[in-house]
Amino acid sequence: MRVLVTGLGTFWGSRLAQELEARPDVEVVVGVDTIEPMLPLERTEFVRTDSSHSILQRIVEATQVDTILHTHLAVDSTKLSGRAMHEINVIGTMNLLAAAGAADSPVRKIVVKSSTLVYGSNYQDPYFFREETARTRGPKTGIERTLLECESFVRDFAEDNPHVLVTVLRFSNVLGDHMATPFAHALRMPAAPELFGFDPRLQFTHEDDVVNALMYTTTHDVAGIYNVAGDGLVTWSEVCRILGRPRVPLPPVLAGLAVEPLRALRVLDLPPEMLALLRYGRGVDNSRFKRTGFRYKYTTAGAVDAFARSLRLERAIGSAEPGYRYERDVETFFRHSPAVVRERR
Amino acid sequence: MSDQWDEQAPTIRLREPDDLDVEATPQSTELVPVPQPEPEGDSALRRGDVDAWGRSERLREVARTVYDPMYSHWFRVEWEGLEHIPREGGALIVANHAAAIPSDAPVIMHGIEKELQRPVYGLAENLLRAIPMLGTLWSRFGGVPAHPDNAYRLLHDDKQLVLVFPEGTKGTGKLYRDRYKLNRFGRGGFVEIAMRAGVPVVPIAVVGAEESMPIVWKSPRLAKMLNVPYVPLTANMLLFGPAGLFVYLPAKFKLRVLPPVHFDVPPDQERYSRSRVMDEAEHIRERIQHALYDMLRARRSVWSG
Repeated sequence: MRVLVTGLGTFWGSRLAQELEARPDVEVVVGVDTIEPMLPLERTEFVRTDSSHSILQRIVEATQVDTILHTHLAVDSTKLSGRAMHEINVIGTMNLLAAAGAADSPVRKIVVKSSTLVYGSNYQDPYFFREETARTRGPKTGIERTLLECESFVRDFAEDNPHVLVTVLRFSNVLGDHMATPFAHALRMPAAPELFGFDPRLQFTHEDDVVNALMYTTTHDVAGIYNVAGDGLVTWSEVCRILGRPRVPLPPVLAGLAVEPLRALRVLDLPPEMLALLRYGRGVDNSRFKRTGFRYKYTTAGAVDAFARSLRLERAIGSAEPGYRYERDVETFFRHSPAVVRERR
Repeated sequence: MSDQWDEQAPTIRLREPDDLDVEATPQSTELVPVPQPEPEGDSALRRGDVDAWGRSERLREVARTVYDPMYSHWFRVEWEGLEHIPREGGALIVANHAAAIPSDAPVIMHGIEKELQRPVYGLAENLLRAIPMLGTLWSRFGGVPAHPDNAYRLLHDDKQLVLVFPEGTKGTGKLYRDRYKLNRFGRGGFVEIAMRAGVPVVPIAVVGAEESMPIVWKSPRLAKMLNVPYVPLTANMLLFGPAGLFVYLPAKFKLRVLPPVHFDVPPDQERYSRSRVMDEAEHIRERIQHALYDMLRARRSVWSG
């Protein structure tokens, strides 16, 4: 297997590259991103590209990869401008699929890491979205629009290229030791925000399950769209109780305006997607992915427990491990210099 | 494509794709998620007493205690045919709907929980969910937004009793002079859900709700402006002023459970015959309508039954 991973500079990209490196059947791991790898890697080849993957076609052709893991989809609108989101999610995916669908392209499998954000969150929603359930209202935020557009490209690609195995995984909100998500941020505050009078049902995935799910689809042939979310749902008040956080109510009307000062003061950035979740929550039916044989390590409640444990550790020792810094010369030396003895490992 | 996996034993090596020809090295076991025993019971799935549907047994208990005097002494509810409600397995309970603020839903839910000790999930207008406090409380008390997927999952996967009023707001918003005349039963969607879930429909005829909060006048224009189904003027408001919004008239409630309707069709079909669905829906509507007339013929007084 020769694998190309997008988003090597993100946690997911480099975590997956680490997993792939450990597999003897993976001959080559190539990673692309605009920024350097986030975690130390041994044999992954890092190529710096622009965020819209415009040179991907040449990389695919040159490396003859047969599998592409598209983890580089922005799902957190607090970190990016609308334009950057569009570049990454829409143009990036478009170029990636163009590269994969080129004449005599060697690519036979594509795994896309999408998000349950594509379902939205609205009062008319069913309590458990199935993969084929349509949204009850059009997308309102940039992040949802770009993800929907990205998924529609992927669907078209899958239809036009029946010889390529295309898997789309839609992950629910992720909690874990390393992930900086809007929810994780809100729960790190001394008090957690809530919308007055609302106590939504929420579903979380532990970050280990995210990595496992992506690896599972890489090593198994499961085409199609799948929801990935821990079993069961937990209400927001219950989440705050597990983490020992008091709740501060925000006004339920004009909540977007109410959080604006918090954002301006850089206290807490609650994007519109999260405000919608704090109002109506979201549940997805995760049974289809389980029927393919995948087993979760954590339930939703288990993921929240694990997050509570990691926060306790963080409180005790400060923000955990020292960050990794990629140094190109050193990496190039270790990987390519004839002086390095590689057989011994 | 998922079927081929269903039958395989959950072991690691079996599921390696054939063309890869992997030797099972110790490392590879860490990469593939090791099948773990399914988390058993509710303790792994939730921490509080709120279930996946947002229902809280603790709050439900509080509601039962608070509501019971209303049920027993104000409405003096009487049931007949309770034996028609299944003691286990899913069933879709269907009833006529009335009163500006429906009094029939709590009576049926409380009654069945009290008499049969079975929880009932009540499907209701989605809009409730958008109201702060009320929406949350309603969901803790066993209310679920009326989405076909919700009904199917409750009936088929969770094997629960589900209550639905096919007339919807057309039933509750009707004027007093139209009392006990059933409206169209939606588009027959409830029949289709029951067919798909493979559960029976249990019709209930309710007498008394119409008189508990009758609408004497309503303003379609105001309703349109406010974007709500109806803006009523009720007899309760005329009698008690603003307090009439919360006070029901002490009408005597009588409920008759009719024999369940089983549909002789295979479950989980993509589509069911439109005409069959409409026929069944109409048939159920007629049976409730006839039962209502029958009960009204026997009723001597609105207040004492």
